[in-house]
Amino acid sequence: MLSEGSSFLKGMVLGGVFCLILSLLGTFSPGITSQTEQHLHHHLKPLSKEELQKLSENQMSEVTQQVQVYCVIMVTPKILVYWATANDTWSKHCDRSVFYSSESAKALEAVDLQEQDEWARLRKALLHAYENAGGLRWFFIARPTTFAIIENLKYLVLVKDPSEPFYIGHVQKSGELEYVEYESGIVLSYEALKRLVGMFKDESKCPERAHALWKVSEEKQLATCLKYSGVFAENGEDAQGKELFNKKTVGMLISDSMVQNPNDVVEACCSDMAITFSGMNPSQMQVMMYGVYRLRPYGHNFHDSLTFLPPKGSDND
Amino acid sequence: MGQRLFICGVFLGFSLVLQFLKTGFQIVGEDQNGVYTGYNVSAWRTENKLLLIPVFTFSDNLAKQLSRKVRVLCWVMTAPQYLKTRTQHVRATWAQHCNAVLYMSSETSDFPTVGLNVSEGRDQLYWKTIRALQYIHTHHLHTADWFLKADDDTFVVMENLRRFLCRQDTEQPVYFGHRFRVFIKQGYMSGGAGYVLSREALRRFIQGFSSGRCTHTSSVEDLALGQCMETMGVKAGDSRDEEQREAFNPFRPDQHLLNPGTKKPTFEYSYYPKIRGPGCCSDFAISFHYIRPEQMYELQYYTYHLHPFGYKYRFNPADTLNYNVNKPGCPKDFFFP
Repeated sequence: MLSEGSSFLKGMVLGGVFCLILSLLGTFSPGITSQTEQHLHHHLKPLSKEELQKLSENQMSEVTQQVQVYCVIMVTPKILVYWATANDTWSKHCDRSVFYSSESAKALEAVDLQEQDEWARLRKALLHAYENAGGLRWFFIARPTTFAIIENLKYLVLVKDPSEPFYIGHVQKSGELEYVEYESGIVLSYEALKRLVGMFKDESKCPERAHALWKVSEEKQLATCLKYSGVFAENGEDAQGKELFNKKTVGMLISDSMVQNPNDVVEACCSDMAITFSGMNPSQMQVMMYGVYRLRPYGHNFHDSLTFLPPKGSDND
Repeated sequence: MGQRLFICGVFLGFSLVLQFLKTGFQIVGEDQNGVYTGYNVSAWRTENKLLLIPVFTFSDNLAKQLSRKVRVLCWVMTAPQYLKTRTQHVRATWAQHCNAVLYMSSETSDFPTVGLNVSEGRDQLYWKTIRALQYIHTHHLHTADWFLKADDDTFVVMENLRRFLCRQDTEQPVYFGHRFRVFIKQGYMSGGAGYVLSREALRRFIQGFSSGRCTHTSSVEDLALGQCMETMGVKAGDSRDEEQREAFNPFRPDQHLLNPGTKKPTFEYSYYPKIRGPGCCSDFAISFHYIRPEQMYELQYYTYHLHPFGYKYRFNPADTLNYNVNKPGCPKDFFFP
């Protein structure tokens, strides 16, 4: 009886140890699948509070002034109201925001690229942005339904050197290619954009018109061109590993969280310093302006170490 | 036989460790009443099994100070059929910021809800209010300083309510909310946007019913309550912020912020000039109404979590030159660098 009991126990111990070894080897991880995904690409996180506090006041104001964002916002005349809304909301927080359109239209204040092909249009827009950058060193590319919190973007890249190549956003993988998802917004440093523009001249590696039978999406074409010039995609996330670039609206992410994490909906949903949400309609964008830049509980203070002033001549933030 | 046991043991050990790894050290808190603890709340203490008192930690001194100085009892008007679909999300979000919460229903339950001696239905709403206030007066007159009514589709920012109430006197007969100008001379407060009674106002409401000066005049509970308030000399107060923007809002944020936002006739009832667009609502908004569960969490995220790093808010009351409302003991507004 005793020997039978002990053989059972030995079996249990062996089984448990076997399971642990398997999971440690990484080929078999039962509950932590997200971690294996993360190891496929680079993670880019903002400075921690402690690191920020190490900067002197002078350094802080220098750094705040230097991080300036040129927003490249792609629109089409068919959805004029999206241009109007972006113009009236989040894009006011860019240091410069320029709208790029496929064709001209009345009332639409945008650079007319006269181009219907999405990839060719993006190329032209980026070329224009590069040539008109002025002193601006960070570039953010948005689609019409994307809402960006530029302050959080600045925080993400705060002490990063734009003369280094950076290509940041929500990273996806297609075969061997890692690319930044267009829908959730793309961030490029000056150096990355410079290299990209240089690569535009290489028709074999970075063609303007796809020669293949099937159409490759612009986000992948962009990634390919950048890859050839030695620039690689990095996934923007906060200190807890939460995504900063989202292709869904807050509402959709909350709904997902209500199903997946019913006991901790908000905490599990989204980052406190999220940069983008997408798939938003104009009404949602107006509400988000209020939610982000105005609505707050009295007496809760974030003790942010730096200051970004509100834009001039605006009444909804 | 020993061999079989051994194999059984291997399987058991393997699956036990597998389960353990899967759950990943997640611990869901559950107190004696089967109430799940939510984010930022370490437990719910219960008194008399029906009153919930959130036990939560503040990281901010000012909010903490205010919650000690201005105690608010929240009572949420709900019904048995809404507990799972609406009220549990109230409990998971803004109710955690109240000093004490009571969920008022026609039936007592383990939610926990207070069972009032009424039946459900629109025509019973004022009876429900009357019974609820009688219950609070009997059991909780000194549990808090102010008494807030909300619906199960109202979203409230308690810190902003306290900021406003800190400057008011609970021994004065006064009540606050989103003021309507119609039907009653001094106006009355929208029920959906939530209204808050001072202790004296609560006393007078109860006196009104016990003396017969107030009766069940109508089932439109906010209007009927407003009538009793006027009868008993309870003043309908002005809760707008320093820029004359409303704090209690009877509709959803989009309905107020967009122009046009809503065509509902009650939008035109407002006592003060109605503004559509960004001027509609205070930065320190106290409430919104017609909020579905998904939106409760969304508003919770916007209010307490999502933050534009380093942004200097435009509206800083302490910066304004004519800011002089300073009740002794009330923390003065100041901008944290």
